[in-house]
Amino acid sequence: MALIELKGIERVFQLGDAAVHALAGLDLRIDDGEYVAVMGPSGSGKSTLLNLLGLLDRPNSGTYMLEGRDVTTLSADEQARVRSERIGFVFQSFHLVPRLTAAENIALPMTLAGIPAKERHERVARALANFGLENRADHRPDQLSGGQRQRVAIARATIMQPALILADEPTGNLDRHTGDEVVNLLETLNASGVTLIVVTHDQAMGARARRQIVMEDGRIERDSSHAPG
Amino acid sequence: MRLADTLRFARDAAAGYPLRTALSVLAMSIGVAAVVILTALGDGARRYVVGQFSSIGTNLVIVLPGRSGTGGFNPANAITTTPRDLTVDDAAALRRASAVSRLAPLAVGTSEISFGGKLREIIVAGSTAEFIPIRNFELVQGKGLPEEDWNRGSPVAVIGDKIREELFGNQPAVGHLIRVGDRRLRVVGVLKSLGQGLGMNTDELVIVPVSLAQAMFNSNTLFRILVEARSREAIPEAKEQVTEILKQRHRGEEDVTVITQDAVLATFDKLLGALTLGVAGIAAISLAVAGILVMNVMLVAVTQRTGEIGLLKALGAPARTIRLAFLAEAAMLSTVGAVVGYLLGQLGAFALRQAFPVFPAYPPDWAVIAGLSTALGTGLLFGVMPARRAARLDPVQALMKH
Repeated sequence: MALIELKGIERVFQLGDAAVHALAGLDLRIDDGEYVAVMGPSGSGKSTLLNLLGLLDRPNSGTYMLEGRDVTTLSADEQARVRSERIGFVFQSFHLVPRLTAAENIALPMTLAGIPAKERHERVARALANFGLENRADHRPDQLSGGQRQRVAIARATIMQPALILADEPTGNLDRHTGDEVVNLLETLNASGVTLIVVTHDQAMGARARRQIVMEDGRIERDSSHAPG
Repeated sequence: MRLADTLRFARDAAAGYPLRTALSVLAMSIGVAAVVILTALGDGARRYVVGQFSSIGTNLVIVLPGRSGTGGFNPANAITTTPRDLTVDDAAALRRASAVSRLAPLAVGTSEISFGGKLREIIVAGSTAEFIPIRNFELVQGKGLPEEDWNRGSPVAVIGDKIREELFGNQPAVGHLIRVGDRRLRVVGVLKSLGQGLGMNTDELVIVPVSLAQAMFNSNTLFRILVEARSREAIPEAKEQVTEILKQRHRGEEDVTVITQDAVLATFDKLLGALTLGVAGIAAISLAVAGILVMNVMLVAVTQRTGEIGLLKALGAPARTIRLAFLAEAAMLSTVGAVVGYLLGQLGAFALRQAFPVFPAYPPDWAVIAGLSTALGTGLLFGVMPARRAARLDPVQALMKH
């Protein structure tokens, strides 16, 4: 079943007098449970694609169907609701709120969604256990290592049980060893059925995905799949 | 987001930037404290003056010679006739008025007092036995002026406390003979010290019978007639009767001014009330300034936390949630500022009262309520713009600023 269907997506940025086509006539279909790496040089449009997929940005034209529903026509608040319930973000620079503890950072999407405190505590406790962060619950981000921060961020991205996780250079700020740990973690999540889309420069990491999309000048240059492993 | 969570989020956000938060709370609290202290001063002045004026007597009606005193100037009077003097007989005639319970004529002049080789200038008040009770004076030694025919004028005097101290020191004053002007008078009583009040300073006053004073000053005019009405309700009637009687005695010409204590009190009350209001208005400006400062602080907060706002949007926070979070933070800053300012203001007013015990520096309730609600109102009002700006941020742009 198609989780994501993009048809004729155009995204144009106006830079002074020049119109830059960040995405030009993009068609893309991603099925439920896929593991996709989006690669390409800087300015190839991969970040723009990720922002569109995450409903943080709107295309100038084209349609975006998420789980069979046209999400491009939704209002800003309706899109926010879709983000809250269906999409989890993992960022290169973690984007943890510095004044909140690890537990509070993980609980933030549930707090914003208005889930009662009791349920939040239960789910956060489970997430902390799953991600090996039991002893770090009351630590603030500046008291955590890079790997721990990214694990907190991934726990936060999954706490609302989304269908889709969008990761933008998730290992970009980590050394190879902790980077591998984080990728393993994401792949475990994917194995449990969550669709995973990773934007990366890293060829080695891209190669681990079952499907690679290489972008160039706002177009898909190559879209190749290979068998897992 | 739930209300409790919104408040906690705002609180943590404010606590995350302690210096910025402390400064805006300080500005707001100075504004509120200024309103509380300044209105306490203004209203204290009002109460002080009204209290002083009330203490000169109860239900007083005061008769002044001349028409143009307070009731407006009649040009005809100025051209045709000079006002007739008030006399002791005028005062005596007022005893006929049914609404009057008692009255005292008053003649005033300056003279010299001497005893045991010491000499000083004094103010001499010539009056009758009822002067002391009408003016609410109290005696610490001896008794007041004798009850006698107003025209008799026994050679006696009641002296102020300061004069007693300067002339007699620790010796008893009552019974001694003193010289006032060219008269020898016997001290029969000493007034209780009241300190400086409105009108005359009783500590440096010598009270003698009215006819004696008039003889001393070689004049038969009165400075005032103090009339006490039977009750508060009888004041207008007393005023009317007094005016009517004096008009008849002055051949139908209304050449005296009759004022009531109530009217003067009301005038003072209004005047000083307006003063307090004006002072409160000035203090309110500092509140508005504090409100603008809160706005500035919140705008800085939005800029500082742009990345965080982007994150909140990515995590699915609708615009309303972000607006409310920032508005709650602004409201919190101004609420804490208002409460701290209120406490500071009350402390300041308390310190004022400790330093000047006679000065009733209590902030009026309306000023406290207006001050607090203006603080909260401006805080919220000026919080709206930054909150809207935060909610409108483009998530992609906001996320890049981290």
